[in-house]
Amino acid sequence: MALRDELGPYFGEYGGRFVPESLIAALDELDAAYQAAREDPVFQEELAELHRTYTGRPSIITEVPRFAKHAGGARIILKREDLNHTGSHKINNVLGQALVARRLGKTRLIAETGAGQHGVATATAAALFGMECVVYMGEVDTERQALNVARMRLLGATVIPVTTGSRTLKDAINEALRDWVANVENTHYLLGTVAGPHPFPVMVRDFHKIIGEEARAQVLELTGALPDAVAACVGGGSNAMGIFHAFLDDPSVDLYGYEAAGEGHLTERHAATITRGRPGVLHGARSYMLQDEDGQTIESHSISAGLDYPGVGPEHAWLADIGRAKYLPITDDEAMQALRLLSLTEGIIPAIESAHALAGVIKLGKELGPDATILVNLSGRGDKDMETAGKYFDILDAEALAAEDVAPIDPSELGMSDGGVER
Amino acid sequence: MTAAAQRSSPVELAISTRRQAGSGALIGYLPVGFPDLDTSIEAAVALVENGVDVLELGLPYSDPVMDGTVIQQATQAALAGGFRLRHGFEAVAAITARVAAPVLVMTYWNPVVQFGVDRFADELVTAGGAGLITPDLIPDEAGEWLATSDRTGLDRVFLAAPSSTDARLAQAVEKSRGFVYAVSTMGITGARSDVDTAARGLVNRLRGVGATSTCVGLGISTPEQVREVLAYADGAIVGSMLVKALQEGGVDAVGRAAAHLATGK
Repeated sequence: MALRDELGPYFGEYGGRFVPESLIAALDELDAAYQAAREDPVFQEELAELHRTYTGRPSIITEVPRFAKHAGGARIILKREDLNHTGSHKINNVLGQALVARRLGKTRLIAETGAGQHGVATATAAALFGMECVVYMGEVDTERQALNVARMRLLGATVIPVTTGSRTLKDAINEALRDWVANVENTHYLLGTVAGPHPFPVMVRDFHKIIGEEARAQVLELTGALPDAVAACVGGGSNAMGIFHAFLDDPSVDLYGYEAAGEGHLTERHAATITRGRPGVLHGARSYMLQDEDGQTIESHSISAGLDYPGVGPEHAWLADIGRAKYLPITDDEAMQALRLLSLTEGIIPAIESAHALAGVIKLGKELGPDATILVNLSGRGDKDMETAGKYFDILDAEALAAEDVAPIDPSELGMSDGGVER
Repeated sequence: MTAAAQRSSPVELAISTRRQAGSGALIGYLPVGFPDLDTSIEAAVALVENGVDVLELGLPYSDPVMDGTVIQQATQAALAGGFRLRHGFEAVAAITARVAAPVLVMTYWNPVVQFGVDRFADELVTAGGAGLITPDLIPDEAGEWLATSDRTGLDRVFLAAPSSTDARLAQAVEKSRGFVYAVSTMGITGARSDVDTAARGLVNRLRGVGATSTCVGLGISTPEQVREVLAYADGAIVGSMLVKALQEGGVDAVGRAAAHLATGK
């Protein structure tokens, strides 16, 4: 069987449905609706039309020769998912699932978000389809991604800061699952990555596989051959599965997933789940995860909120075990240097997540040499990361920003007698 | 002949004994290690001394998706206080040495997987435990646990929900031993003013597919609710209300809370 034909619920020993019985009916209903949609030309055309007229698909590819000089002179081609509406690949999956939810008669979308990109995409789809939207976000993340919180609110979503556990993405998923258990009748849980219980890993992958399908044809047209390697960053793993999938059965194409190694994969502050974790059950599926001896989930760390997750999708766990894809660690600093390099050499500011893939490719290009062609998924744009990058490179005019923040308008004009603005 | 067939379920026996006495069983939940290991053992003993028939001991877990805020906060505090899995076995051994009520362990699945399903079961038997309640393990994924529980004779309690199809209810009844845990409402743990009418319908449906031992949980916090549930089910499970009593007033308070609940039996 072709590797591309895997349909779950298991990928080798990974995947499955490790959830409370209360959710099984909803997962069965979702699976049936998704299987029907998959075969239905009307659904496929609806989604394709949305991608043409709303997402901005097909996304282009961009060859980056000036950047490539720093990567052993290999030919490097970016798949520009950063140019999609809402700024990342996330919209591909969100529109697909929102259409399925609408078919199921659901009127309320809930989602988890880490950096806020998936939350923004979900809030966008909810606005487009006239659905209610609730986004769960770890309290820690709402603080470090305040701008995305504002974006979601502007789009009409309710953002609920999650104050339990580590108050980050994994706890936001727990809270979304609790909401779903209580509200399955009218609610669809729009999970944002290729993790979670079946059918999510397969469904989310299918909605993202358009990335690899487009890119495979585009690279063939540009170069007359398949690339030697395809690279992507891996947190939960949705953009990586999206670009890997079309190449799974091309044995000449090597696949590389770059995990967030934080302060180093040998330190305790990283999110390198496949590199350092071991198989276990988290958020409804069996896969690799970061955990202690007792099976308690360990908190992950990455400068990139979108990769700061202690689990990974089950299909990646399987691809790692069978050796079809390689998963390698990239530190915060390596990613940040790659972010700056692409900005300086090509005028493209990538998301910090995607910069992990770029950093990996700088090493890979040097190994493969100037004859190699490497396709990289540039999964998101860096606008959301300006504050982090500004502080990291010490290029943020902190005083000016603070002044702007504190006194957007003259308080006396508001008739405030004390002249002060509480912050 | 498997161990399971040789050994009758002490949990089922405790429940049917109460049923034959004209009422039903009161099942009390507390997490191990909250507020600390010793106090959690004392509190569990106090439950039995005050009318709880079966104990459900929860193992604190980092990602408890089935639990509401009261139990989340307690188990999080237990983890912060240094809870380790071996404390679970220590607690079971200490409790069963002092009281006769059967002790079921409620645990999310990953800790069992990491400990090793066989090893976990063997240690639980050694500690005197009766079996497991597994909130995020459905029978469809439980192959290893079904084999291990058959080998050791441990009880295995699976959940049934109002949304479950009849075929899934039949599977839960067939695979469960001890009792079937009927989830009273589509939701998570936590006290509710009304125990969902869905519970009565669910218990009737479970009886229709052959259930002989069915206990209702989620949302039960008063003796009146216990009485109401025992009118149609074999047992009533109380958790959050007891955890809250322990948190607010210590062992004495949780004992009084259990005694109060037991007036509904």
